[in-house]
Amino acid sequence: MIPELGHMALILALLLAFIQGILPLVGAARNNQVLVSVAKPAARAQFIFVAIAFGCLAYSFLTNDFSVLNVTRNSHSRLPEIYRFTATWGSHEGSMLLWTLILGLWTLAVTVFSRHLPDDMVARVVSVMGLVSFGFLLFMLATSNPFLRMPMAMDGSDLNPLLQDPGMVVHPPILYMGYVGFSVAFAFAIAALLSGKLDASWARWSRPWTTAAWSFLTVGIMMGSWWAYYELGWGGWWFWDPVENASLMPWLVGTALIHSLAVTEKRGSFKAWTVFLAIGAFSLSLLGTFLVRSGVLSSVHAFATDPTRGLFILIFLLVVIGGSLLLFAFRASQVGLGGRFALVSRESFLMVNNILLLTATGAVLLGTLYPLFLDALGLGKISVGPPYFNTVFVPLVAPLIFLSGIGPLARWKQVNVPELAARLKWGFGASVLVALLLPFTLGEWKPTVSLGYLLSLWIVVTVAIGVRARMRTGAGWSANFYGMNLAHLGVAVTVIGVTMVSAYQTERNVRMEVGDTVTVKDYSFRFEGVKDVNGPNYSGSRGTLEVSRNGKPVATLHPEKRIYAASGMPFTESAIDYGLTRDLYTALGESLDGGAWSVRVFHKPFVVWIWMGAVLMALGGLLAITDRRYRASRKKERAGA
Amino acid sequence: MKRFLIPLGIFIVLVGFLAVGLRLDPREVPSPLIGKPAPDFSLALLSDPGKQLSPADLRGKVWLFNVWASWCASCRQEHEVLLELSRQGIVPIYGMDYKDQPAAAQSVLTRFGNPYVETVVDLDGRAGINYGVYGVPETYLIDKNGIIRYKHTGPVSPGVLSSKILPLVKELQK
Repeated sequence: MIPELGHMALILALLLAFIQGILPLVGAARNNQVLVSVAKPAARAQFIFVAIAFGCLAYSFLTNDFSVLNVTRNSHSRLPEIYRFTATWGSHEGSMLLWTLILGLWTLAVTVFSRHLPDDMVARVVSVMGLVSFGFLLFMLATSNPFLRMPMAMDGSDLNPLLQDPGMVVHPPILYMGYVGFSVAFAFAIAALLSGKLDASWARWSRPWTTAAWSFLTVGIMMGSWWAYYELGWGGWWFWDPVENASLMPWLVGTALIHSLAVTEKRGSFKAWTVFLAIGAFSLSLLGTFLVRSGVLSSVHAFATDPTRGLFILIFLLVVIGGSLLLFAFRASQVGLGGRFALVSRESFLMVNNILLLTATGAVLLGTLYPLFLDALGLGKISVGPPYFNTVFVPLVAPLIFLSGIGPLARWKQVNVPELAARLKWGFGASVLVALLLPFTLGEWKPTVSLGYLLSLWIVVTVAIGVRARMRTGAGWSANFYGMNLAHLGVAVTVIGVTMVSAYQTERNVRMEVGDTVTVKDYSFRFEGVKDVNGPNYSGSRGTLEVSRNGKPVATLHPEKRIYAASGMPFTESAIDYGLTRDLYTALGESLDGGAWSVRVFHKPFVVWIWMGAVLMALGGLLAITDRRYRASRKKERAGA
Repeated sequence: MKRFLIPLGIFIVLVGFLAVGLRLDPREVPSPLIGKPAPDFSLALLSDPGKQLSPADLRGKVWLFNVWASWCASCRQEHEVLLELSRQGIVPIYGMDYKDQPAAAQSVLTRFGNPYVETVVDLDGRAGINYGVYGVPETYLIDKNGIIRYKHTGPVSPGVLSSKILPLVKELQK
């Protein structure tokens, strides 16, 4: 009964999405207020029905309704309750439902927080989002119905053990908040193209939405990276896997969009370019969905794939992205140029920022799709790995980070170069000197470490110069300004983490018997043996490693090897002692003869800085959203209207 | 206007590639073992752990070697296809139960039917390593001289069976 209710709710949501996607758009074009006013109630009702469908699916999972195929395939009666809930989005069908639910949530937010916008603008934005939602609901009902029934099964085949982790409770929803959040900026851009009013105000309206989505995406990617680090048992934090790249590409374009929106709002320049980026960020989110869902690329995130689904999403992509780009081609040529700027100015720095970010996106896209291109042309099967990405990515990102120090200090329109150089020379000299000397204290001098430190010190120094200059002028609090600086500091922190862990990490892979000791850096790991453990839905072996440093105990770690009962899949559960300056990472390998085990031990300096930096970036973004300017402009416009 | 059409042009080329890509399988990696002798092993039978089987025992006939396990969900998909094939009796199928508990494997065969002439048990996966098994199920076609002629990764579908495997079987059986 409950699954049928959910199915019905989805069908009703589809109909409402159709109404939401068509009527307000027609109303805005014909200036018909009645049709325009349909937008908000239709969007809210659609959200409620998608939420009901989601609730029904979650209920089926929580109550172990094994007559639902999706539940049978992805759950098990002995699965702990919290994972039975998260299994709701652990499957392809469920994660599409989550996608649509979050799209509904963003649409709902637009209807609530846009009272200060002209009605026809809101109507267009809500309509565009309704059309996207219609596509996804149709996709679900036609090819991936989460409520499909089948003859009652005795028990389920269990959730993939990789997904049975606290990280999976929050990672997908937050990542999707970011992915799908770019639909708001996209909808604003399409609405602006449709209305022909591509002025600075649409940029100001879409700025907080873009920054919010970007912050969520930052945290989502960071959690995915952290999850891969502790869960996959290899100790890596980024694998350049197609699915990771699928989330990185919209992030890079979203970062470019945030910066170019600033130019469009403040100076009226880059208008067509900004619209293009808004379309691009969301298009890459959709492309990422296609790559993950259609199975055209193989990845560790292997979901069940089905060619009909792939074909459906491809046609959907063609309609949404192709249509948007066609509209862009017609309308963007009519947009005038904005404020002029000199060769050296904040505008030109931001332009280089955009070019570098887009080039990096292009490089990632090429690397991700290259195996597909070759295969499609019949030139053989290859895979593109980290060497390509690292070689291409670092030379693009290094100058980008360097410029992010100068850009915020540069004036709009034209920079007085000698004056700027005079402000920066001491900071630059100090950064270079410290960056050259500091690695000596770390044991071994490496050029990459010096480069990493230079970039990160440079950001810290320039942020300090900027903040001090602002305080001296006596300008008041600006959430936008401090948010930007906090995000830039986050970049500096991440760079330190990446630099240190790539240059100085130590790994030992050893055969250990009870009582054996392995030493990594100055930490000794003594193997105390392995005991059997039994979890709710798995059995396994739990090792004990006593860690000490100079004879003093540091930690006791319990890495595990588990066999999940329903699937019989063996699984490694690492044990980590986290620290600000180093992580001690251990994982059990295989059981060897004579009671011995192969044990993997890593010393990973500063690795948590990678994720701390990402959190700072996201906090910076959230701080910037609270800026009074976005609210003040609201009051001004209301007073004007 | 022309330069604003460039993104659309690039996108359409991309869609063309994606459309072709949809019909390809990225996991279909040619095995370096094709044309080489099937790696040797001597493993206990699932039906009778006292007896052993090795590829040398099957010299002189064309046979299918199917790597499966009770924990492998997609093996159930091909199970029906293999059962149908064994009923037709065109080519004998030998199974290898890969990194599995023999009791669980036996209960799968009892419940869903047994398409295999015999199944050998590869408890620790060492024989599987020699065959380059990286995803279960995998299926190998081995000729009268013990040479691997074809490898299929993933569940065997009726399409793959009739278009690729069976024509090759007929040719090799001549």
